[in-house]
Amino acid sequence: MTAWFKRKEKGIQTATEEKKDTPKGLWYKSPTGKIVESEDLAKNFYVSPEDDYHVRIGSKEYFEILFDDNTFKELDEKLTSKDPLKFVDTKAYSDRLKAAKAKTKLNDAVRTAIGKSMGKELVIACMDFSFIGGSMGSVVGEKIARAIDMAKKKKAPFLMISKSGGARMMEAALSLMQLAKTSAKLAQLAEAKIPYISLCTDPTTGGTTASYAMLGDINISEPGALIGFAGPRVVKDTTGKELPEGFQTSEFVQEHGFLDFITHRRDLKKKVNLYIDLIQNLPVRKEKELV
Amino acid sequence: MEYLEFELPIKELEEQLQKCQIIGKESEVDVTETCQQIEKKLAETKKDIYKNLTAWQRVQLSRHPNRPYTMDYINAICGDTFLELHGDRTVGDDKAMIGGLGKIGDQSYMFIGQQKGYNTKTRQYRNFGMANPEGYRKALRLMKSAEKFGIPVVCLIDTPGAYPGIEAEERGQGEAIARNILEMTRLKVPIIVVIIGEGASGGALGIGVGDKVLMLENTWYSVISPESCSSILWRSWEYKEQAAEALKLTAPDMKKLKLIDEIVREPLGGAHTNRKKTFETVKNKIASHYEVLQKLSPKELVNQRMDKYAAMGVFNG
Repeated sequence: MTAWFKRKEKGIQTATEEKKDTPKGLWYKSPTGKIVESEDLAKNFYVSPEDDYHVRIGSKEYFEILFDDNTFKELDEKLTSKDPLKFVDTKAYSDRLKAAKAKTKLNDAVRTAIGKSMGKELVIACMDFSFIGGSMGSVVGEKIARAIDMAKKKKAPFLMISKSGGARMMEAALSLMQLAKTSAKLAQLAEAKIPYISLCTDPTTGGTTASYAMLGDINISEPGALIGFAGPRVVKDTTGKELPEGFQTSEFVQEHGFLDFITHRRDLKKKVNLYIDLIQNLPVRKEKELV
Repeated sequence: MEYLEFELPIKELEEQLQKCQIIGKESEVDVTETCQQIEKKLAETKKDIYKNLTAWQRVQLSRHPNRPYTMDYINAICGDTFLELHGDRTVGDDKAMIGGLGKIGDQSYMFIGQQKGYNTKTRQYRNFGMANPEGYRKALRLMKSAEKFGIPVVCLIDTPGAYPGIEAEERGQGEAIARNILEMTRLKVPIIVVIIGEGASGGALGIGVGDKVLMLENTWYSVISPESCSSILWRSWEYKEQAAEALKLTAPDMKKLKLIDEIVREPLGGAHTNRKKTFETVKNKIASHYEVLQKLSPKELVNQRMDKYAAMGVFNG
């Protein structure tokens, strides 16, 4: 048998420090094993082109997808969390906050902004899961409340993009009351007859589902997102039952009547704006060529 | 009467006192002085234990098997004027969430609350006070009905949480709670909320938005139970005491954080040690708060309520 490769020289060895690694971030491997170049992934709205897997993205990417020319004015950027309860579990909350800020370069788990989408003003609040699991504490509640106030003031529709494990335990009941606070603001927005669109992305669970995520004039989602009140593990442990197939996926939630539609991320901007035009009985805007 | 672990010194003294009294009755020996001594010691021990309760001990008291539940309050407060109303008009009648109309004096109120059971059978029947979406929708139906006729709403909270079941998820547990919270922020009649036992997270807040939120002295209210908090953050069930402290879930803590409006004193040893007195206190609190709230116009009422919740939260900037 002939060898495919023949080592001509003996003793070729590369020291560990001289070995070359593939640079990080060049490739993305989807859960189904498909490999995509990062650049191609970004061009395809962060959806794996082969299997349509919607990769989890944050506020930076959603703003880029939804605001025209990625131009927007960020609101209340400087709000940061306090540690009013001096909460300590295996780590101090204050240390967790520091670590999260350093790791994510974000100030908290939501960013809010106003800008133009298909030529018209839109207020967006978008959660970042990378910041302590997208958990909702006082800052998240306050920023969303102020974003809603802004939408009311500017008479601009409000889009909430949820991506959260739920309330932030380290702020205990203060975080629980953010459910009431944001809901009160949404009631005011409804009173002003300004459209509210809730986009539930992977994952939207716990306190977010028990407040703003489920309160849209329309609730929409992306394919394959996890949406639920109690997490699947909690449901399984409590009931001792096997979970049905596709339990708590966006398709399942739509089938049970809690989502208006599921959209591919490529069509998100168009569909959100189409709804806004239709519900306000305005001429339907044409989409410019998207780069 | 059942005793919690930290109450055992009380149990011992009460048994001693009983024995002493029996001896006094059955024999010629004069035990008056001994009895008095035990009584004195008992009073001191009680004071010592109940005035220095830890957060975890309060959680235990809030779940005391002899503690009165929602229906006990309603029956005692309204007597035979209470008329229970059933069903959400869509799926069914949730036994973990009860409601209906009743009087305090001349005034009608819509009472709503989670209901726990008294023994294995009724506990299952009531699903341990964990409501399904139907329960929250039934509560909302009753609130809207009260609003239509200008009847104030009283919510009595006692739940270990909304039920995390498969069917509950299918029927939109999150949406049901969210809808209630939103509608309660803008309901045009006074809402008085009393936490009478456990106030666990969204399951509690789903009927917990109010103009006045009161907590009985030995109850807890937070975003998660200390046990679940321990299992998530410490990855073990063993840290429930620390979790209870960290969560600041007692009535005094909640008052300090301005998340509730008032603490309602319980008889020494807890609500169950003197039920009648507890019911009377709660009844008077509801009536007196309504007395003040009824003077506000619906608009003032809703604005005040929304402003109260909008001010909750602590942050920099």
